[in-house]
Amino acid sequence: MVIKPDFANSPAGPDEELMTAMGELLSEMTKAGVLLDTGGLGPMEQSSTVRRSGGKTTVHDGPFTEAKEIVGGFALLQVGSREEAVEWTRRFADVHGDEWTLDVEVRPVMEAS
Amino acid sequence: MDEADERARRAVEAVWRIEAPRLVAGLTRLVGDLGLAEDLAQDALVAALEQWPDDGVPHNPGAWLMTVGKRRAVDLIRRDQNYARKLEQVARDLETAEQTAEGEPGQAADAPEIEDDLLRLVFIACHPVLTPQARTALTLRLLGGLTTAEIARAYLVPEATIAQRIVRAKRTLAEREVPFELPERQELAERLASVLEVIYLIFNEGYTATAGEAWVRPALCEDAVRLARVLAGLMPGESEVHGLVALLELQSSRLGARTAADGTAVLLGDQDRGRWNRMFILRGFAALARSDAARKEAAAPHGSSRSDEVRKGRAAQARAAQARAAASASERAPGPYALQAAIAAAHARALTAEETDWRTIARLYDALAAQLPTPVVELNRAVAVSRADGPGAGLALVDRLVAADALPHYHLLPAVRADLLVRLGRADEAGTEYLRAAELAGNGAERTLLLERARTLGAG
Repeated sequence: MVIKPDFANSPAGPDEELMTAMGELLSEMTKAGVLLDTGGLGPMEQSSTVRRSGGKTTVHDGPFTEAKEIVGGFALLQVGSREEAVEWTRRFADVHGDEWTLDVEVRPVMEAS
Repeated sequence: MDEADERARRAVEAVWRIEAPRLVAGLTRLVGDLGLAEDLAQDALVAALEQWPDDGVPHNPGAWLMTVGKRRAVDLIRRDQNYARKLEQVARDLETAEQTAEGEPGQAADAPEIEDDLLRLVFIACHPVLTPQARTALTLRLLGGLTTAEIARAYLVPEATIAQRIVRAKRTLAEREVPFELPERQELAERLASVLEVIYLIFNEGYTATAGEAWVRPALCEDAVRLARVLAGLMPGESEVHGLVALLELQSSRLGARTAADGTAVLLGDQDRGRWNRMFILRGFAALARSDAARKEAAAPHGSSRSDEVRKGRAAQARAAQARAAASASERAPGPYALQAAIAAAHARALTAEETDWRTIARLYDALAAQLPTPVVELNRAVAVSRADGPGAGLALVDRLVAADALPHYHLLPAVRADLLVRLGRADEAGTEYLRAAELAGNGAERTLLLERARTLGAG
């Protein structure tokens, strides 16, 4: 799960109610044996961007200015099917209140081979 | 069926896989019969398949399914007088529940109660009256949420075989009147051992397949690790449950490195350790630490674990008390799963095969052999000793097993013996042993590896 809140149309951060609901869901996912790891990302002011372009690697403080989508967090799941991943993700999105706008992208992790 | 319908059906089935264990567990407690509970749960699935694609998945799908399941139970009792007589008390309770739960389905049951039902389901699926094969099939079906077809695919047997095993298992449980209960204190240790063994067997079948040409079947490993994690959530005070989780997480970390690009097996010492999955290693270490903590907690005279305080369920408290009482002084040593996890952790800590701390591993095998004095453990101990003290010391232990004819059909006995003979410079004898091992190997990929070794030594 790549969690991408639309910060322009969402609260600045999760309130207590959301933290509680999310904590309960994450605990349920852990007990179901599907949640391997999860984390929220820190503020954009603390970000750095390392950019590779035209054969050169450059380092900037702050986010890449053209970035429209901002990743706010991630969760790594181990499930039997894409549908199962989507279902848990639907529940994750569901715990957010009406004031939130967010996209959560569900992507498979490639198996090392 | 068009593509959109197919997508909707798969989405509903995904919810089903997540909710089925708790649903069947709750319904079994209500109606007292596992087979009937599964039928009711299936009815609920059918209702969901009819309604959700149009109405959307309800906010609390688990509670929705449970309400439908209960209503079907009521219908059944009203329709069929036999059921009504058999389930007299159940019928009255359900009628009352039905009247209070009219309208929108979706009242959530008490969480600790659901967890206790789930644990009862674990213990009944792994009940000693069932054959090991039946326990495995029932556990994957009821707790893993796998379909009969999926289980059959995983074990490379016809679907009808698995279906029959499950039907027979449910009949046995009904005929023997096995109650849907948590084990009594005096039988808890033995019953838990059976549960852990079922999960471990499922993992092992995936890790080193006993049939077919593929060396590993990762999906089965994943199912087993998930089951182990679920059990750890249900029994947080049990050291050996965390030990099993640790062992399976650590072994899972090597899955990607155990098979070469051409499908042949790569043994531990030859694996590219850069391909070991660091996250599973860290999860394994964390589970091992929880296992240690739970063991110390259980051994403490007035121990009361934090998780017990958090979980106020009556049965959960009783269980914790049972676990504490069961932890006599002799049980303060790590159990077999925790020891095997510690061995796997020692391998995981070595960045190269040469850095492996064989002294520690040999010591852990000594402790394991004391608790689990089986020829296979002894064989593994011999390997560790040969690394710590030289091939001669290892060969002496292996030859004791050969003399006792302890593992006449186990391919790894001649394989290990061959490895040691190579290290002692006795190539001819080693070649013969590799050939013997290849003959006994049931798995195609493993056989190829052993024949290759024999060929290198000029045998075969």
